[in-house]
Amino acid sequence: MAVTAVEVVYRGIFQKSLSRNICRTIVLAARKEGKIGTAFGRYGDSPERNGIPAKYFAIVADDPTELEETLAAYEPKEVAVTIVVDDTLCKGVESWAWYGLQPINELTVEGGTVLVTSIQPEEDLVKDMHVKDVPYNLSIIKGAKSFSGLWVYKDDHTDVRILGALAKVCPNLVGLEAYVDTIAEQSDDELKAHSARRAYDRVSVSPVEPGQGNPEEPFSFDKPGWTKMGEAIVIPGIEVGGGFRGGEGGYQPVRNDVFKKFSTRTMRPVINFETCTKCTLCWLQCPDSCFDVTPEGLYDSDMESCCGCGVCEDVCPVPDCVTMVNEEVFDDNSSQHDHWKRDRDGYMKWLDEMIVVAKSEKEVGAGRSHGFREWGEYQKQIEMTGVAGDD
Amino acid sequence: MTTEVKDTALEREELISGAEAIAIACALADVDVITAYPIRPYDTVMQFVSKLIADGELKCEYIVAESEHSQFEIVKHASAVGARVFSGSSGVGWFYAFEALAVTCGLRLPVVAMVGNRALDDPGAFGCEHNDALAVRDLGWMLRWVDTAQEAMDAAFMAWRVAEDKRVFLPCAISTDGAFLTHSQQIVMIPDKRLVDEFLPPYDRGEFVLHPDNPITIAPQVNEDWLMEIRRQTDAAMRRARDVITEAHNDLKRIFNRGGDDPFIEEYMTDDADVVLVGMGTLALPLKVTVRRLREQGRKVGFVRIKWFRPFPQPELRAVLSRFKAVGIIDRDYSLGSPDNGGVLYNEVRSALYDGDKRVPIVGYIAGLGGREVTVPMTTEMFDYTQKVADTGIIEEPLRWIGVRD
Ligand code: SF4
Ligand code: SF4
Repeated sequence: MAVTAVEVVYRGIFQKSLSRNICRTIVLAARKEGKIGTAFGRYGDSPERNGIPAKYFAIVADDPTELEETLAAYEPKEVAVTIVVDDTLCKGVESWAWYGLQPINELTVEGGTVLVTSIQPEEDLVKDMHVKDVPYNLSIIKGAKSFSGLWVYKDDHTDVRILGALAKVCPNLVGLEAYVDTIAEQSDDELKAHSARRAYDRVSVSPVEPGQGNPEEPFSFDKPGWTKMGEAIVIPGIEVGGGFRGGEGGYQPVRNDVFKKFSTRTMRPVINFETCTKCTLCWLQCPDSCFDVTPEGLYDSDMESCCGCGVCEDVCPVPDCVTMVNEEVFDDNSSQHDHWKRDRDGYMKWLDEMIVVAKSEKEVGAGRSHGFREWGEYQKQIEMTGVAGDD
Repeated sequence: MTTEVKDTALEREELISGAEAIAIACALADVDVITAYPIRPYDTVMQFVSKLIADGELKCEYIVAESEHSQFEIVKHASAVGARVFSGSSGVGWFYAFEALAVTCGLRLPVVAMVGNRALDDPGAFGCEHNDALAVRDLGWMLRWVDTAQEAMDAAFMAWRVAEDKRVFLPCAISTDGAFLTHSQQIVMIPDKRLVDEFLPPYDRGEFVLHPDNPITIAPQVNEDWLMEIRRQTDAAMRRARDVITEAHNDLKRIFNRGGDDPFIEEYMTDDADVVLVGMGTLALPLKVTVRRLREQGRKVGFVRIKWFRPFPQPELRAVLSRFKAVGIIDRDYSLGSPDNGGVLYNEVRSALYDGDKRVPIVGYIAGLGGREVTVPMTTEMFDYTQKVADTGIIEEPLRWIGVRD
């Protein structure tokens, strides 16, 4: 193909340098092959707050005329490769730049590749990605949610490993040698070129068939035309909520149903309804009014609204009553309170396990690409997941 | 087909955004004073200016002011003492500086600014719209629109050269479409400092320089017995700018080997065209694609891009547009309540052609507001309707909004 595009889906703001470096290197390497290209971020994403899903693109063409059509557009219509640098994004992205949930593989062409940095097994990632009606491939580069390129963090070679793998899965974009040459120009670290080559040799490619994946219909919205829209930029207030989930007792605020934000989350709070003292602090402090008040006065966070900021965990005065746990293990946004009401023993057993895992993960900070980090956390994470081509 | 990779001692190739291109132009032009106040999308230039200063590649007074108004007041004053200056803003930030923008013209101070074109609030929106820069069109600001990062850099050199010419001494703003130009990285050829020095002489304010050795007073209060003459002088300076732009353009072509045939407009596949569209900024890129596709189908279509909006290229447009059977004007702006409820460009072009020998039928299109993409299907729709006007000679709808949901 004469014009080839790839996207990097990442979490702002801490993964921006990583994504920018990947896309710039693609275009610079393409130059070495006599091609021309452009690199740019999805502009509507650009007020990048901590954790929000965002995109960066690289588009390569054989000549400037071919490139022209892509130059005044926000994103390509399709991409040969979707690079995902935080695997929780495989559940889909709700960006600031559009309304609704975009499946991670939405722009990936038939026969294209979704290339993910992850330590999850393949089948878990496929389960997260929405069903597509054409076949495509999944490639995994074993690795953490990297902050590589951000000056305060260690360079873990994620960018060059992705580029090496990219040369394998999309050879018509840019070949390995051009990447290696460009990487060598950008850095004195000879290990980097080595990492790229190793990733090229080792990257696995598995087919994903039509029908495989998350069958859920991603939520979307129809935008009204100018003759139907309310005038004067007035947005009616959301109605005061009724009882708990529309029933008697408790309280559930009415929430914005065109902007849900849960794809911002890499951690989610789990609640111990049995040690909760009903102090109301989580409910008061949650910046997104996520907590529903149950008829018995407990607090259940609505997982469609929660952005995973961790404030509730911080403010809860009861030990282990609110615990932020890794989002990766969840397949849906169902209510914890419903689960607990249905099966108290089962819920408490599950909760205990979640807390144990969360505490061990916290030791190495494996769960998040944003949010609060402790000193040394990131270093530990890299040590745990391996660096420099330890695929 | 491959694209030649150029690499000579006199220029180097880089992958940079339009904003970065203008920041690098500041370094190459040895700008003395830069003022800044953040507003997206202009503010991306601030990052690159800061980086150039930190890297030791740009030595200047860099002042982050407390508002856009102060930002433009500071460069105005710096320009008066003979400093080469650069500033910029976007959308309502540019409007917040409006008083300073207005006084700069009367004082004949060659301030060069980048406007990262952005929709005016409310509602808050980051996307591109041209109403911000166009708001100063009556005041004495020269206004230049560019469509690539390369042209943004070259236009910056041109802006200092023309603005600081004694015959002109007027401010100049370079309009760069928000997102598409300010934030997208393209391959740009960066000239060596020697070439820039050859093109751009130092700023010499001459006898107008505000300096203790040259005791003068500027900006006095005047009454009705003075102001009209002062305005007429500013008007004369703007009229003289045309020739200075042409001179500079010729030198730009000679020294940098870029800039196209005409300083004021760019014609694309217009030679045998029946129908052309006219527009400014990055919408030129999808338009050229559309022109090529329609040409493949045998349609005689072309495109004219306006580069200088002030001074307005009336002679060029009169000569060129009268060749066609119908012309469509694309506005990435609006001028509510204006003749035919058209955009600014539409009304300006129509006015420019009124006294021409042949009055070609003109239709207007408003598109791409708030940064909405101007796509190939949209520009095809414009060509189709303009063609219909050419074929029938009847203009049922002088003005259409393209790509708006009903
Ligand atoms: S993590 Fe807690 S405080 Fe933060 S949005 Fe979710 S429920 Fe609210
Ligand atoms: S902060 Fe903790 S204890 Fe207080 S209401 Fe929330 S969950 Fe219960």
